[in-house]
Amino acid sequence: MGRLVTGVRAWIDERFDLAGIKALAQKKRVPVHRYSYWYFLGGMTLFLFGLQVLTGALLLLYYRPGADEAFESVQFIMTQVQFGWLVRSVHSWSANLLIFMAFAHLFSVLFLKAYRKPRELTWVSGILLLFLMLGFGFSGYLLPWNTLSYFATKVGTEIPAQIPIVGRPILLFLRGGEEVTGSTLTRFYGLHVAIFPALATLLIGLHLALIQWFGMSVPPSVEARWRARPQEKKGVRFFPNFVLRELMAWYVALGLLGALAALFPWSLGVKADPFAAAPAGIKPEWYFLFMFQTLKLIPAKALGMDGEMLGILAFGVIGFAALLLPFLEREKPFNSQRWILALACLFLGYMAVMTVYGWATR
Amino acid sequence: MFPASGISDAGPRSDSTNTARRRFVNILLGTGLTASAASFVYPILRYLIPPKVPDLGRDAVLAAHIAEMEPNTAKTFRFGSRPGLLVRTASGEYRGMSATCTHLGCTVQYRSDLREIWCACHNGMYDLNGRNISGPPPRPLEVFEVQVRDNDIFVRRKPEA
Amino acid sequence: MAVLLSGGVLVSFAKTKNSCLDCHSNLPEPLGVSAEIYSQNVHAQKGLNCTDCHGGDAESDDPEKAMSRSLGWKGKIERRQIPELCASCHADAERMKKYNPGLRVDQFQQYKTSVHGIKWARGDSKVAVCTDCHGVHDLRSPSDPRSTVHPANIATTCSHCHADAEYMKTYGIKTNQFANYQQSVHREAMAVRGDLSAPTCTTCHGNHGATPPGVANVTNVCSNCHLFQAQLFGKSPHKDAFATMGLLGCVTCHSNHAIKHPTDDMIGTSRNAVCIQCHSDGDAGFKQAQKMNEDLVTLANAIEASDRLLGQAERQGMEVSRAKLQEAGARDALLKARVTVHAFNERELKEDTDAGVAVTQQTYTAGEKALHEWKFRRVGLGLSLVMIVVTLVGLRLYIRNLEDQENKQI
Repeated sequence: MGRLVTGVRAWIDERFDLAGIKALAQKKRVPVHRYSYWYFLGGMTLFLFGLQVLTGALLLLYYRPGADEAFESVQFIMTQVQFGWLVRSVHSWSANLLIFMAFAHLFSVLFLKAYRKPRELTWVSGILLLFLMLGFGFSGYLLPWNTLSYFATKVGTEIPAQIPIVGRPILLFLRGGEEVTGSTLTRFYGLHVAIFPALATLLIGLHLALIQWFGMSVPPSVEARWRARPQEKKGVRFFPNFVLRELMAWYVALGLLGALAALFPWSLGVKADPFAAAPAGIKPEWYFLFMFQTLKLIPAKALGMDGEMLGILAFGVIGFAALLLPFLEREKPFNSQRWILALACLFLGYMAVMTVYGWATR
Repeated sequence: MFPASGISDAGPRSDSTNTARRRFVNILLGTGLTASAASFVYPILRYLIPPKVPDLGRDAVLAAHIAEMEPNTAKTFRFGSRPGLLVRTASGEYRGMSATCTHLGCTVQYRSDLREIWCACHNGMYDLNGRNISGPPPRPLEVFEVQVRDNDIFVRRKPEA
Repeated sequence: MAVLLSGGVLVSFAKTKNSCLDCHSNLPEPLGVSAEIYSQNVHAQKGLNCTDCHGGDAESDDPEKAMSRSLGWKGKIERRQIPELCASCHADAERMKKYNPGLRVDQFQQYKTSVHGIKWARGDSKVAVCTDCHGVHDLRSPSDPRSTVHPANIATTCSHCHADAEYMKTYGIKTNQFANYQQSVHREAMAVRGDLSAPTCTTCHGNHGATPPGVANVTNVCSNCHLFQAQLFGKSPHKDAFATMGLLGCVTCHSNHAIKHPTDDMIGTSRNAVCIQCHSDGDAGFKQAQKMNEDLVTLANAIEASDRLLGQAERQGMEVSRAKLQEAGARDALLKARVTVHAFNERELKEDTDAGVAVTQQTYTAGEKALHEWKFRRVGLGLSLVMIVVTLVGLRLYIRNLEDQENKQI
């Protein structure tokens, strides 16, 4: 066995400068300080995304898009395909875990100020990736074509329709028509399995390349201390030390997902009937709840404009601000850093409260 | 979890215990990795093998074979979550429809003597196009599309407009 | 607003001038007829007015002229005269054709064959005449849910006399029919489930030709809907036996008005069974009844057991929709068995219940498989979690080893 490995290694080395790559890899280091645990979140997000790609590819082998077959094919996967229940439940649970990790990763980067110069583009690509993940979540949710997904999509696509001028074209584009129909399903399917993955590949590639280029960021307080006392600077090798630790974290995630899939399998629901009345208390998945709940609470008229429009506008502005966050940091005319921190804290708190509130009410 | 700066956390150990310990850890890790990897790969491999179920998905349900359908007979078959009725008329045509009576949900049957579809519960009658023609049923039976391929008769819902 | 509306409606329905209504809409009972009621009257909607029944002159505001006996005004129509008055139009095919060619014109003829009609002809003025059932000034089309002869309201209309013990004293017939009918499954179908095809008084007794069905005829009436049961009964040993004993088919076991929802223990030898009214321990019928009850109960229990198991599997998160669908087949078998009972032949019944039991055996097995799979998943999870923990421990120790080595080398 050992000789085989050595032989393969030599074969590759003769063609690809394996030793050179290895030397480069050995150089990659991860800084060690009191906030180092937060470094795991990025890798965890990537791992969960990879898991989604794997389970998603497996689901693709049996799933049939189309209003008259989608639900039945998911039922088939859950009941007839061996371990189909496992693949599907892991995919659904991992999707939720992935989005949670993405948000956690975002906020950790924000509070540790890893977005500051020179890593602005890493942040921008990251925010775009977050939006993409939300898009994955929204498009994937419709694919089982059950009552919940149908009506969640109906309500969800109605919201951007409120935007003046572009709202209706956006609605028609999203739905593939006036109403949510089989055309919507086809469209969301195309987005979910082809277009979004292609975009994700590009963005993740860019994101990782930028991380590799700039190395790991260190929070300003730690950076300052290390500048004053260089002997305190600490780090570990990425390969194998940090990777092994990440592997531990990924194993924990796998165990958690397996447990969730076996103990709380994702429900199949009832096949969507467009002519039935919407079930009472329909609401989107938890990661959209804070926006949904906000829109529900805004009065019909606020600040001189239609309430829902104001809500959409507000979220649009926040999203845009989030995208351009690194460029909003400046010293003059006033030090915006404290403001950014305070607003970020406030928004995190708001999201948490609104999510719980939305989940608790009918 | 991360190593302290430069100082190893345990005191000096003899080399032999170290090697033994290392080997133990390596075996432990190797076993763990292999076993857990197996527990991930095994389901995936089983998943890839298609199950032996006759109707994959519900695009078209195999209702019957031509050989078993004499003219002026019918067969009840499973259609999705409810029963369906496949009728071969006296003139040889096939008709497929829901077998759930629209009155109170009993399963209807074909009457070869009357050449109509009949519900035994309260004497409801439907014609061969599913239309409710007498008795209590308030609505016609849902009519399905029938397709004949080689020796098989498939029934499926009328496609969405 | 209401006045304007009813005024407007009045104008659009009646002939332009209706002096009768002008006064009588403001009079108190019993002379009053409100404009609103009048506007809902189907005759008024068709263009007729007061004078078509009462005579007189609707153009004139002068009461002397409008209500002049010499000019044809009839005043209040006597009860005895009502059937012939209504028939003067409603039995005239030529006239009715102009308004509704599909409407029957033999109501009066039918009426004369009914118990009401026969007594009316002999001079009885207490029996029902047209207006007692149809209403008079508030007479609406039977398809109007507010009509006294709408299917959902017929029983109530009949009960106005037939449930009134005082009124019915002279006739010597019972007055508990309506109360009984209220408890029946037919009434439940109509009133609760809204099934307008469910039988009401007129379905079995007829409407214009109302007569109680005779001994031989009751089965005919029930069999109009319950054909299968009647046919089986007709081939069963009970048909001749009942005829000999002068017992009514259907009604003897199920009652005529208080037709309660039948239960499986109506067949058998328990306290609630109808069989023991005639059969006693030792005779062949008694034994058959016992066995038939056993068959039904076996199937019903099998369905319940399977249902419970599948429900448990479902609550535990397993997908059992296929088996649940199959169960519907077993339920259909039980439904069929409960009909086949009427042949009073245990062998035939057992064929049906056995078919159902076979299905429940399959669904029960499916439920057991689902629970087994549930356990398998938990065991599998447990094992893989153990492996994961082993790996985690292994990794931790490996990392520590590695870093000990590194530190030693520093």
